[in-house]
Amino acid sequence: MTETTEAATIGAPRSLVASRVGQRLRGLSDRSIAWLFIAPTIVLLLAINIFPLLWTIQLSFTNYRANRPNAPIKSVGSANYVNILTDPDVWAAMQATAHFVLWTIALEVLIGFGLALLIDKKFRGHGFWTTIILLPMMLSPAVVGNFWTFLYQPQIGLFNYIIAFFTGVDPSSFEMIGSVDLAPWSIVIVDVWMWTPYVMLICLAGLRSIPDYIYEAAEVDRASKWRQFWSITLPMVLPFLMLAVLFRAIENFKMFDMVNLLTNGGPGSTTEVASITLKREAFEKWRTGYSSAFAIILFVTVFGLANIYVKALNRVKQR
Amino acid sequence: MNVRSTALSIVEPSPLTKRVAAVVVIVYALVALIPLFWILITGLKTPPDSISYPPKILFSPSLEGYVNLFTTRTRQTPEFIASLPPADSWYERLVRSRNMVIAGPSKFIPRYMNSLVIGFGSTFLAVFLGTLAAYGFSRFKVPLKDDLLFFILSTRMMPPIAVAIPIYLMYRELQLTDTWIGMILLYTAVNVSLAVWLLKGFIDEIPREYEEAAMIDGYTRLQAFIKVVLPQAATGIAATAIFCLIFAWNEYAFAVLLTSGEAQTMPPFIPFIIGEGGQDWPAVAAGTTLFLIPIVVFTFMLRRHLLRGITFGAVRK
Repeated sequence: MTETTEAATIGAPRSLVASRVGQRLRGLSDRSIAWLFIAPTIVLLLAINIFPLLWTIQLSFTNYRANRPNAPIKSVGSANYVNILTDPDVWAAMQATAHFVLWTIALEVLIGFGLALLIDKKFRGHGFWTTIILLPMMLSPAVVGNFWTFLYQPQIGLFNYIIAFFTGVDPSSFEMIGSVDLAPWSIVIVDVWMWTPYVMLICLAGLRSIPDYIYEAAEVDRASKWRQFWSITLPMVLPFLMLAVLFRAIENFKMFDMVNLLTNGGPGSTTEVASITLKREAFEKWRTGYSSAFAIILFVTVFGLANIYVKALNRVKQR
Repeated sequence: MNVRSTALSIVEPSPLTKRVAAVVVIVYALVALIPLFWILITGLKTPPDSISYPPKILFSPSLEGYVNLFTTRTRQTPEFIASLPPADSWYERLVRSRNMVIAGPSKFIPRYMNSLVIGFGSTFLAVFLGTLAAYGFSRFKVPLKDDLLFFILSTRMMPPIAVAIPIYLMYRELQLTDTWIGMILLYTAVNVSLAVWLLKGFIDEIPREYEEAAMIDGYTRLQAFIKVVLPQAATGIAATAIFCLIFAWNEYAFAVLLTSGEAQTMPPFIPFIIGEGGQDWPAVAAGTTLFLIPIVVFTFMLRRHLLRGITFGAVRK
């Protein structure tokens, strides 16, 4: 209906068009503008996120296989969920994920917080070096992860060469990706390299939010530096640190791209984190119903974590 | 603003502390740069140099990696190559010195184009929708506002593989698999959540009085939005756009599962640049370099807004 009026004004000068559009919209209340502005986003998310989610829930109660679209779909009740929660492979994947998440977070917090403390000393050129340190986290984990397979080559790889140079072991005597013992660490190292800057940047914001007069007061009271750190710095940075930890936990819990290209879950299934298991079930074994149930379990976990994360966000925002 | 830089402050770190801190931070930065430096120089090595032991830091640079990246080649006998008319370009000569002839262009440029089209397309849509929604959330009373905002953010946090299962089925029905439009829609949906949160932060900072003054002068709400708020939010919109672009540029999980040929982007393509007998590392490194350069440039452009971007606008410095 409105198209016709629109078309009729095409020949008219710009200002006239503008004023007519304006006239039509002058009648719009703020309320309708609000909905007009928000609705497209909500509709898009409903179509691309919520509808598929509902579909996944429905599939999770069936034995559907996406590579046999014409086979009859049978409802299997909650069998998929029961199978997943009792499947030792799934628990092995959860263990691999836990190892990955806990170690990456521990190392990233330790190194990231340490770096933030140092950068907060505001030496000359700290801004430039901060940006340099931040670079790895902006890059594609897939593309850079793929290149790490080259750095990890046992004989020719630079990583092995550097380790061998400093420890004196033979560079071809250990395989970061190929060995069962080292592979879980190979993915931890790459993740720590990429994401320590993330923790660092957020900690730095936390440090800068502490007003100087608190330290000055502590100095007047002759509190030791050590005491100042534990009673002022740490408690005041903690909300920021929590934010970083939660976000890294969510991201690494669903980690896929870097691990898929670096080890693809191997050797065997030593680095098979949850998303890799899910990919194998869904897109290699084509057990769509089963993997849908697994996806729902991951959804619920992430949703829970995201809820806590948003609460943490709002707490930090109030500062 | 910067209270701590007063020279006489008792909390100012001593020069020695500063120097030690600088040394440690710079050493860390240099070590962290090694992998990136290695990508850059591996792209300039010949294949034998790239896999030599010990790894070579000094080598005579060659563009073979880049030539291999842009071309497909076939191996020929020396007799056959001798029978060909003389090579008319430096790259043809380079390839022939390895007993090969160029068979045609590689898929690198089309894949790069896909990344550009999908990246810019989804960024434009996400920022457009995100700006409108952010303004709506920032200025009006919306019922269930906090729940809606949480819902928007939570969609971004979903594991991509879990989302990909139903999207795969849906796209198969709608024939959107391996199409530009399918990938653009998907990345728009993922990015719009970031765009709404970031832009809401930026728009919240613009005083309402500006619009109110404009509206008293006779502007409608919409005119005030376009002529007053948008120019004020321009920096924020640009920063948001770059974040969206970087996400779409780097995204791998959806790309590898939902594209295979026509609409394949760079991340699933680069790892499979192979030469004879395995990965052609100089070519992979060359492709990686060309893929990373825009991101490095953007990171420097964004440095003042990085913190906002990675915390969905919550931490502002």
